Amino acid sequence: MSKKARSYVEFLYILPFLILVALVSYYPLYGWIYAFHDYMPPRPISKDTFVGLKWFAFIVENPVRLADVGRVLTNTFAMSGISLLFSWFPMIFAVFLNEIRCRPYRKFVQTVTTLPNFISWVLVYSIAFNVLSSTGAVNTILQNLGMIEKPVAFLSSKEHVWFRMWLWLTWKNAGWAAIMYLAAISAIDEQMIEAAKVDGATRMQIIMHITIPCLLPTYFVIVMLNLANFLSNGMEQYYVFMNNFNKKSIEVLDLYVYNIATSGRGNYPLSTAISMLKSLVSVVLLFITNTASRLVRGEGFI
Amino acid sequence: MRENSRAHIAHHRGRSPMDRQSVGDRVISVITYIVYAFFAFVCAYPFYYIIINSISANNLSERGKVLFIPKEIHFKNYERMASIPGLMDAAKISVLRTLIGAALTVFIAAFLGYMFTRDTLWKRKLWFRFVSVTMYFNAGVIPWVLSMRNLGLANNFWGYIFPMVVQPFYIILCKTYCESVPRELQDAGEIDGAGTLRIFFSIMLPVIKPILATIAIFAAVNQWNSFQDNLLLMTNRPDLNTLQYVLYQYITQANSLKALVSNTTNASAVMAGLATAATATSIRMSVTVVVVLPVMLIYPFFQRFFTRGIMIGAVKG
Repeated sequence: MSKKARSYVEFLYILPFLILVALVSYYPLYGWIYAFHDYMPPRPISKDTFVGLKWFAFIVENPVRLADVGRVLTNTFAMSGISLLFSWFPMIFAVFLNEIRCRPYRKFVQTVTTLPNFISWVLVYSIAFNVLSSTGAVNTILQNLGMIEKPVAFLSSKEHVWFRMWLWLTWKNAGWAAIMYLAAISAIDEQMIEAAKVDGATRMQIIMHITIPCLLPTYFVIVMLNLANFLSNGMEQYYVFMNNFNKKSIEVLDLYVYNIATSGRGNYPLSTAISMLKSLVSVVLLFITNTASRLVRGEGFI
Repeated sequence: MRENSRAHIAHHRGRSPMDRQSVGDRVISVITYIVYAFFAFVCAYPFYYIIINSISANNLSERGKVLFIPKEIHFKNYERMASIPGLMDAAKISVLRTLIGAALTVFIAAFLGYMFTRDTLWKRKLWFRFVSVTMYFNAGVIPWVLSMRNLGLANNFWGYIFPMVVQPFYIILCKTYCESVPRELQDAGEIDGAGTLRIFFSIMLPVIKPILATIAIFAAVNQWNSFQDNLLLMTNRPDLNTLQYVLYQYITQANSLKALVSNTTNASAVMAGLATAATATSIRMSVTVVVVLPVMLIYPFFQRFFTRGIMIGAVKG
């Protein structure tokens, strides 16, 4: 077989998979066309349903809708903002975990705190529901300790929703996120630490002047990725935790586009229009953060 | 785990008499131990709580009387599982999608990862970009759902599989791994007259097994945990519901749970407060345990893949 023929044959081997990628990843982009039509399923779109930018204008022209979008953006910015603000937590978690000298204990803590990362949000919610219900462990223990009189309805309260969502996110992810930092810590040059010890540095000084500075490049990438995904919180966590009481403050963009398409009569075009705007902003954010990373570290993450 | 071994050595050195701990250091040590005990408790206790409650007397767990020690242990709740309508079907769907989905994901990652290292592949770089760039964009939920409907993947079991099996992260991981395998291995195959596919199946596939094990575990956990595709795509086919979705329904829809309780147990048994009579709480807890157990059982085995696993998230395209 000639070299040329072989290169085409090899292409034929991967062609089925390329078609699969085209269908499941690229073809949905074509779905943006629904944003320019008055689409009401099951009636298919046609030339007659074309409405141009009607739905984009609708977002800003209708004051109720505009207020709604404002509220959802506030939630999105708040949740992402809190995550960003506390994004140092897994790093510090790793730094001090590494200070534990009893190896079995360290391993145990690491094992146990990583486990929640591998369960679904539905399971997290189920656990939250069982532990926080009116006869759940938390209410029972707090009542036994005399700290509260009546059971607290944790999940249906609309207070501190943003912060509590961050707490669950951290409960699920922090142990896992720490592993990357632990790997980075083990790559720190031993001699540097030995030298510091010889010079009489305390453990706190070693942490402040050696460990943390060595972790900052990794941390920087995490912050950049956080910024790139600022508008994308995903919908699953917020969907499972949502109820009639907290809906107003839990709806982030990703959940909102689902809700407006599935509640009431279901506005598919409006949802698509908002998704489209979100995607465009996200791509811009990705380029900005990638450029920032290239300027600071000399390499981007794309 | 490798990343710990070095730190481990450091700790041994730390214990040498050369550097005695100062008072400040010792205070930090104590605080650290206590704080991490708290973190460990917060992460582990909820799992423990649900497990002990699912095997304790149902009328006690219903009233929040089981906190640290299981009371009046019985396994009725688990025996009852089979009679809960729809639960076994959901379990079957979950297992099927996990096995098929993980197997296909691994195969595609291995094959494409390998193919993208072949210099002879026509327009290799272009196709690699074509696949890997899909990590960075997303059409949005509704355009995605409408497209899947058009493709016939809605209300169809394969809607769980096809959208998830081409994972650029895993492909890049395999590609990097293949590149680290000595070129001579493939060249030797070529000299023996093996074709592209032959080299893949009999030479590369056995060599890259370690990375495939990592990918298999992560892909399987992903499939098992997946909820959103069920919610978005399988709107008219309750028989295709997964365990995750059924569990979600049990938590949120009190009515369906009430019907379940009266279905699976004698209502008067509940009224009499019998320890083994099914209650809303007992069903919720035991189903939760069933859904979480597979992950917990394989967890010790895939811990050693963690460091490589985190690379999946940090890898460059």
